[in-house]
Amino acid sequence: MKITFDWLKDHLKTNLKEKNLLEQLTNVGLEVEGVQNLSSDKELFKVAKIIKTTGHPNADRLKVCEVNIGEKELKKVVCGAANAVEGLITVYAPPGSTIPKTKTKLAVAKIRGITSYGMLCSESELNLSDESDGIIELSSGYKKIIGKSYFSKSKSNLIDLSITPNRPDCLGIRGIARDLAASGFGKLIDFKKKKIKSNVRQTLNVKIKKEKNQGCSIFGSCLITDVKNTESPQWLKDKLTSIGQKPISAIVDITNYVMFDLNRPLHAYDADKIEKGIIVRNSKSGEKFTALDNKDYKLEDGMCVISDHKGVLGLGGIIGGTRSGTELDTKNILLESAYFKPGSIRTTAKKLNLDTDAKFRFERGIDPLSIEDGLNKAAILIKEICGGKISKIDIQKIETHKTKIVKFDVNLFEKIVGFKISTKEIFKILENLGFKFKKKKNFFELTVPSWRPDITQEVDIVEELVRISGYDKIRTIDPIKERKKSTLNKSQKLFHFLQRSIASKGYLEAITWSFTDSNYNNYFRDTKREIKIVNPISTELDVLRNSIFSNLIIYMNKNLDRGFKDLSIYEIGPTFTGSKPGEQNTVVCGLSSGKKSRLSWIEKERNVDVFDVKKDVVQTLIEVGYKSEEFFIDDKTPNYYHPGKSGRLFLKKEAGSEVAYFGEIHPNIIKNIDMKTESLVGFEIFLENLKLTKKTLNDQKTKFYVSDFQKSERDFAFVVDKNTNAQDLINAVLSVNQGLVSNVKVFDVYEGDNIPENQKSIAISVTIQSFEKTLNDSDLEKINNLIIKTVLNKTGAKIRS
Amino acid sequence: MSDLKKIKNELLFKLKSKLNLSEVNQIKSDLFGKNGLISSQFKKIGTIAETERKKFASELNVIKDELQDLINLKIKEIENEEIREKLQKEKIDITLPERPFVRGKIHPVSQTIDEISSIFSEIGFSVEEGPDVESEYNNFTALNTPEDHPARDMHDTFYLDEKKERLLRTHTSPVQIRTMLKDKPPFKIIAPGRTYRSDSDQTHAPMFHQVEGLHIDKDINMGHLKGCLNYFIKEFFELDKIKMRFRPSHFPFTEPSAEVDIGYEMKDGKIVIGEGDQWLEILGCGMVHPNVLRNVKVDPIKFQGYAFGIGIDRLAMLKYGINDLRAFFDCDYRWLNHFGFDPLDVPTNYRGLSR
Repeated sequence: MKITFDWLKDHLKTNLKEKNLLEQLTNVGLEVEGVQNLSSDKELFKVAKIIKTTGHPNADRLKVCEVNIGEKELKKVVCGAANAVEGLITVYAPPGSTIPKTKTKLAVAKIRGITSYGMLCSESELNLSDESDGIIELSSGYKKIIGKSYFSKSKSNLIDLSITPNRPDCLGIRGIARDLAASGFGKLIDFKKKKIKSNVRQTLNVKIKKEKNQGCSIFGSCLITDVKNTESPQWLKDKLTSIGQKPISAIVDITNYVMFDLNRPLHAYDADKIEKGIIVRNSKSGEKFTALDNKDYKLEDGMCVISDHKGVLGLGGIIGGTRSGTELDTKNILLESAYFKPGSIRTTAKKLNLDTDAKFRFERGIDPLSIEDGLNKAAILIKEICGGKISKIDIQKIETHKTKIVKFDVNLFEKIVGFKISTKEIFKILENLGFKFKKKKNFFELTVPSWRPDITQEVDIVEELVRISGYDKIRTIDPIKERKKSTLNKSQKLFHFLQRSIASKGYLEAITWSFTDSNYNNYFRDTKREIKIVNPISTELDVLRNSIFSNLIIYMNKNLDRGFKDLSIYEIGPTFTGSKPGEQNTVVCGLSSGKKSRLSWIEKERNVDVFDVKKDVVQTLIEVGYKSEEFFIDDKTPNYYHPGKSGRLFLKKEAGSEVAYFGEIHPNIIKNIDMKTESLVGFEIFLENLKLTKKTLNDQKTKFYVSDFQKSERDFAFVVDKNTNAQDLINAVLSVNQGLVSNVKVFDVYEGDNIPENQKSIAISVTIQSFEKTLNDSDLEKINNLIIKTVLNKTGAKIRS
Repeated sequence: MSDLKKIKNELLFKLKSKLNLSEVNQIKSDLFGKNGLISSQFKKIGTIAETERKKFASELNVIKDELQDLINLKIKEIENEEIREKLQKEKIDITLPERPFVRGKIHPVSQTIDEISSIFSEIGFSVEEGPDVESEYNNFTALNTPEDHPARDMHDTFYLDEKKERLLRTHTSPVQIRTMLKDKPPFKIIAPGRTYRSDSDQTHAPMFHQVEGLHIDKDINMGHLKGCLNYFIKEFFELDKIKMRFRPSHFPFTEPSAEVDIGYEMKDGKIVIGEGDQWLEILGCGMVHPNVLRNVKVDPIKFQGYAFGIGIDRLAMLKYGINDLRAFFDCDYRWLNHFGFDPLDVPTNYRGLSR
């Protein structure tokens, strides 16, 4: 909502300055979004007439115009507008003036070799409208003021307010003035309301059809006959241009003026173009009309339309149609002032994707009792400016307005806001805002003003009171430092721990969108369902991610393009399995590219590989507190991993779901996305699959129990089938005697000479130690034999001789 | 006697020259070996007249000890020299680079979430969460924002079905609903998380982060709200004093509602929080609307309290001088390295937010 202090002063008597105004507007909840200084050199923009145009010698599209700006000499101005023709009256900006839109200061300048003194302006350049196609075309009426300032001499700045959706009453200057007056910023001027004095009936028949979901409940109108539509007088043009509106014709300007002044949208029809009478009804599917924005609209069932016997004239409360629009030659007009229901307006406007000043107001709720005030004010103005004869007001209604009553206990104020104001003060504020009140036993009965659809209950009254008294009066009560419940629960702690554990292994944490490019998502979707976003922001972000890899790999690639080679990034966040709330998992996903120790003078460089990410996963899980001896790993992984170089990890062999995948990313994917790297490995850890321990750290520490007897380390080399897992061999050794055998290490894996084909040799070192005694040679020999025998039985592996 | 003196002098003479270990050992065995000079002197003891014998033997022992000490000393000297030479040879260029290491970092948004949690933990808030995909009911209707409410226009919503029943939450406020439906009052929670709006330009990203706050009890009023936020802002920016302004606003789910501005000024092109006469909007808040409480079966006559919503990314930008919101999600390796935090920098109550 754009306002000026000058316009406010039509309704508000105050001695205070604009600086105080800006503060006070914000204090009462009418946030000042910006202040535009239009006045500084507004007077410099002059009405001018193009006397002569010649083509620019060096540019086909430019013209050299000789312009009369009310001085003896004509000014030479280079102009590119197609409509810059001889005889046109337009607006001239001299050197030294600042163009409002671009904020550039003009200077005398050579344009393609021709000196141009100033410029001719379009509406958009002067912030009058978005019209940037050509320069302003003024009517012949402006002939009289060539050389005079186009804008009035208003010193008032344009103040842009952000009006919250609950305050339709402040979409009119008077509503804003009322709030300011209630807060002590001046006094609201009480007008003697002028009323139409007429003995002529409104003869055009108006009917609101009683239908289900009828969007219009009241339709007020009057006829004004024998008018002469004209240009608006300067004061009215100034009013509208002062808030950035473009004057059109007196009748349209007056309806707009009343809308901005009183928040009372009106519509003027050319009465001669209405066939027989007005019918307010629901539209039928397929009906069409051309609206005043020159667009054709095809309607669905149930939209509230104003029609005549021929068809749709306009969408009630949203936009009129061209068929019945007023023109400069309009003789008789029907002025409409109606009440349309917010929900109906909103639904229709949304379906047709239409936004107008009227729609914006009706969908928030217009004062249903302002119908006659609006008609009176506008009709009398039209008569003043355009002449004619006004009929009596005709009001059709299918519902009567019910006054809202709210019970209010004054004690609620202190209970909610924490400070006290006197009952006297309370009623002064409410009275100024337009409330009426009656005292009952323990409470007051408040009558809510008809322009406040937002006020329905007691707490709304509290807000009015605290808003007007000032939020600065609210005390600051310091919080008590007391904690009754732990801040994080177990799974939040796990999230937190994993997040920092992965980072501590050299990964940079990334945060990427929860949505992704479906093309990339498909690479990592495996068997999961694709979840489409109905209205994505772009086709590259059209689905919810099934895996974090899609985004990580996109950004990894971007970083590789930046010339980085050895990158480790990770993200912890949601992946989605369905479109219902809760169908999501929390995953830590990491990706590593390139080499380790690239170009190091001391370390041998090598590609990152699956055992790097395996280390990161296993180490992290151990750090979280899981026992690595119980981990079980197999090679069943989703299709986006290298089938031979990836694994999945379970916390225990028998129990639960996989807690992690790790491995090389499938070479086909790397090829398809054209990624240039020596190696790409990744992992995923699934938080929901990690069993949360109920034990505290203290419980997790078992009794300290170690053996001080001599320990021996024995090496074995087993020859096994090539596809036998090392894990099975280790488990077989460990199964021998948990009390004696510990710490099995694989120190060599060998295939080739001296080993039969399809077999391999795995060399392990086993630590043997007793809790009871130092083992002698014969004890050790027994255990050795037992290990060899057990391994043979369990895995078929033979000791290498 | 002269024999012994002679032996000693000879030895002293020999030891003066530069010798290696085997040469010294040779000298040693020349003296003390089976037929060594000293050993043969000992053999002579028997042949010496009884009157002289005792004296001779005693003098011989003294000389023997003396000579042994001299030789041992020489051996020690040679060994020390050898070690010295060895270490000298081993000397390396210690300015060569250390073995390569990589350093991981925590994203500034994650760090900021931990900072926020740590501050609110101190005054008794616990952390709640909710899903990213929400029902239209939880995201809007339950929060007193029915279908035809114009406030819905302020939330450009991503939908997951044509009926618009499932959506990506536009704010963290649905966690209020979930929390209050799940438990009984009092409630004292914060809920940080991802939020989504179909809006994208320099200052808007289609995904961003919010933290919701909710405190419901029997007597929680706007003074408590002001105190809580004042405390939070001071702690978060690690300042003793802060300029804060509450001004009336409107959110369908709070009544009265407020927006909170903090004072700032520009110094050398950088925002300095807490001073100056410029205002910066940082959060929205208010007293939870009785309709919301009724929707979650909490009696608004018995219980009341406040809620707030803060943009986490924006807070992080202000605190750490980050200019571009989009960069948070752009994953530029250089940016992550520059603005990221060491994983050991865990914000906690006892050690504070900063090192």
